[in-house]
Amino acid sequence: MTEPGASDREDRDVAQICAAFGNDPHRMIDILRAVQDRDRWISPGSLEQIAERTGLTRIQVEGVASFYSFFSLTPKGRVTIRLCDDIIDRFAGMEAVAAAFEEGLAIRMGETSRDGAFSLDYTPCIGLCDQAPAAMINDVVVTNLTPARARAIAAALRGGAAPDEVALPGFAAMPPQERVRRMVANNVRHAGASLLGPVPAEAGLQKALEMTPAQIIDTVEASGLRGCGGAGFVTGRKWRFAAAEPAERRYIICNADEGEPGTFKDRVLLMERPHLLVEGMTIAARAVGAVEGILYLRGEYAFLRDHLQAVIDDRRAKGLLGQGIVGVPGFDFDLRIQMGAGAYICGEEGALISSCEGLPGEPKTRPPFPVNRGYLGFPTVVNNVETFCHAARILDRGAAWFHDMGTEGSHGTKLFSVSGDCLNPGVYELPYGLELAELLRLVGGEDAAAVLVGGPSGTMVDRANFHRRLTFDDLATGGAVIVFSPRRNLLEIVEYYLSFFVHESCGYCTPCRVGNVFLQQAIGKFRRGLANPEDVDYLRDLSQTIIETSRCGLGQTSPRPVLTTLENFPLIYSAVIKPSSDRIRASFDVQSAIETARKLAKRRSYIFDRDFGE
Amino acid sequence: MSELAFHITIDGVEIAARPGQTIMEAADAAGIYIPRLCDHEGLRHQGSCRVCTVKAGGRSVSACTQPAAPDLVVENETPHMVKLRRDLVEMLFHEGNHLCPICEASGNCELQAMAYRLGLTAPSRFPFLQPSRPLDASHPDIALDTNRCITCGRCIRASQDVDHKGVFGYVGRGIHRRVAVNGPDLAHTDAAITDHAISAEVCPVGCIIRKRVGFRIPIGEREFDTALIGEEIEERRDD
Repeated sequence: MTEPGASDREDRDVAQICAAFGNDPHRMIDILRAVQDRDRWISPGSLEQIAERTGLTRIQVEGVASFYSFFSLTPKGRVTIRLCDDIIDRFAGMEAVAAAFEEGLAIRMGETSRDGAFSLDYTPCIGLCDQAPAAMINDVVVTNLTPARARAIAAALRGGAAPDEVALPGFAAMPPQERVRRMVANNVRHAGASLLGPVPAEAGLQKALEMTPAQIIDTVEASGLRGCGGAGFVTGRKWRFAAAEPAERRYIICNADEGEPGTFKDRVLLMERPHLLVEGMTIAARAVGAVEGILYLRGEYAFLRDHLQAVIDDRRAKGLLGQGIVGVPGFDFDLRIQMGAGAYICGEEGALISSCEGLPGEPKTRPPFPVNRGYLGFPTVVNNVETFCHAARILDRGAAWFHDMGTEGSHGTKLFSVSGDCLNPGVYELPYGLELAELLRLVGGEDAAAVLVGGPSGTMVDRANFHRRLTFDDLATGGAVIVFSPRRNLLEIVEYYLSFFVHESCGYCTPCRVGNVFLQQAIGKFRRGLANPEDVDYLRDLSQTIIETSRCGLGQTSPRPVLTTLENFPLIYSAVIKPSSDRIRASFDVQSAIETARKLAKRRSYIFDRDFGE
Repeated sequence: MSELAFHITIDGVEIAARPGQTIMEAADAAGIYIPRLCDHEGLRHQGSCRVCTVKAGGRSVSACTQPAAPDLVVENETPHMVKLRRDLVEMLFHEGNHLCPICEASGNCELQAMAYRLGLTAPSRFPFLQPSRPLDASHPDIALDTNRCITCGRCIRASQDVDHKGVFGYVGRGIHRRVAVNGPDLAHTDAAITDHAISAEVCPVGCIIRKRVGFRIPIGEREFDTALIGEEIEERRDD
């Protein structure tokens, strides 16, 4: 850095990276990823260079670089290990694995070794809860970790082995699809009628060719298909709105940013049904009149990128993407993969579009809605991976076939990703409407004390409510079902999820940015046994303000771990509450309050230290 | 959509609105004040402080960004909305270091004035986060104390859209999100004391400090010492 020669070279390399993305500020995430991969950080010099090349200001580039967890403004190691610290990983022995990595690499979690070889970090859920503890090593993943395996990985890395080879011996020689299949188990436990059973190739696309765009939309709408990412908006209606908006261009975006802790069903679809996904996107493109698409892949799923790129290339070669698809003149559609860089909020459709545009992943002001003005200001359909896959199947089998499955208002099948304290964690494709108790029997989780349906944004269900049904109107879920046995401490779980939301809030609006910190601190008081009875009201009251005033779904749901446990498990709170005695609040710890004074005065307290003067 | 004016109702009062107007713009024109901190005359709407949250058709929305629509029924100064706003203003107080007695902005501060308007006079149940970010006094005419920043971003938009400079921007995420400058410090930006972004009206609190003019107007004679925040809008009301 200090030598002018080195700096010039660095500038030239950064310029080349920017040029590779057309010096386009909308490709900022790609540019920063490339610089981060090469230099292991975004240096002040790189910020200046990127700003100059893309026509932005340095502070704008810094705003993006400082937003995403996978970019660093300080030097990181050539190999960065990111250990997943989801609550499931914690329960599966993450701490011992972390200790083994620390010992093996001679650095602590959060540190980078002095020679710049290694960094050790924690990262939230990486979508491998069914094989926890898991970690990312640069762009590849390792699963089912034990302390012994962590020590062996550390030793191999210190011996100079490449991360790819450490994660999977023989990696370099394998085709992309084989790599991902060997690196990660799919754990498909139950195949349903729509997605995970036999799927004839391109059957939906063939049928779509015989239909007008309006007929395609009618079919999808008549099927009752609703968005599978969690919000549940009627898919056909979304397509209809985008198609009806006058515009010179329209976009199809696939949201493959599943980040809700405990959700990993899209990972399985991306591995098992990538062609069906792109087929669904292609059908959507025909329906709304889009020629360009984006597959937004979460940074944690970087290990799937080459595999998905191979699928896209293969489809181009077969004439299933590009100009004149399957020989139909004027049927043009192509897509690119947009990598994320570690930000849960980018699963929110506005934030996802912001990220595709090279901006910090902040939700957009609604209205306008993405179907009216989305990516770069053009009408945009953003659907979840599973939604596009179902759409392709609906085109093949017909609206009535899909509509007949499930229940009224919740039609078809749904993928559930089940993890936690059960015998058979994995992915289950089942019709909507199943009782939670039935699902627990299937997964071998009958002795559950609590089940978190829909992840932390969903509902913590107690035994008395296991008869409730998995539908949009009862227990809604984007797919996450997390099983907790009676051994688990629910307050610990609640505190963990609040720390997750604090970490993942974008910080745009006051209630989510600040309120969640207060909520986390309040739960901390309960955890430490310092809570008063009125603190329960405080939790409810603060939660209500955050929900009612937050700008997007993150803040509108982040207090749910608190509210749904207060509702369904009130005893876990009342058991640790201490009423005020002697008119001294239990929450006030005089010993810690005077500790600073003791140190500054270099003497003990006459009143509060019983041994004073001895 | 018709270009004709229509009506919306705010707390039972029917007012006129035009297509394309936000709820707040229509309310301002009619002399009804909806409290706000991140929104400022002449700057793009941002909708981030959420102090202007109203119930419109039963849904919580930010009045500064939500379009007015025919026959929309809006709740503004109901006890419930005032309570929510009080919570938000308190959050902003507790997120930063807002020590009014020693702050040069006292009396001109919109955060302080908003607290008075909403009936907040003492610190409350929230914990203090007590940031300790260094003061940037590098610039000859301007100092920056981001410990008093409420991340309203008015300086960012003023510098970008009015001054065409881009001196300020957001960095970080979540609770670490803050306003930063386009360079290693303020002296290494093209910020000037004549910038709109630096003017007294843009920063609502005591974060952007103009050197050598502090306390020129004594406390007691300042903008909000004599009037409630929002009164200038309420004076437009003709009933």
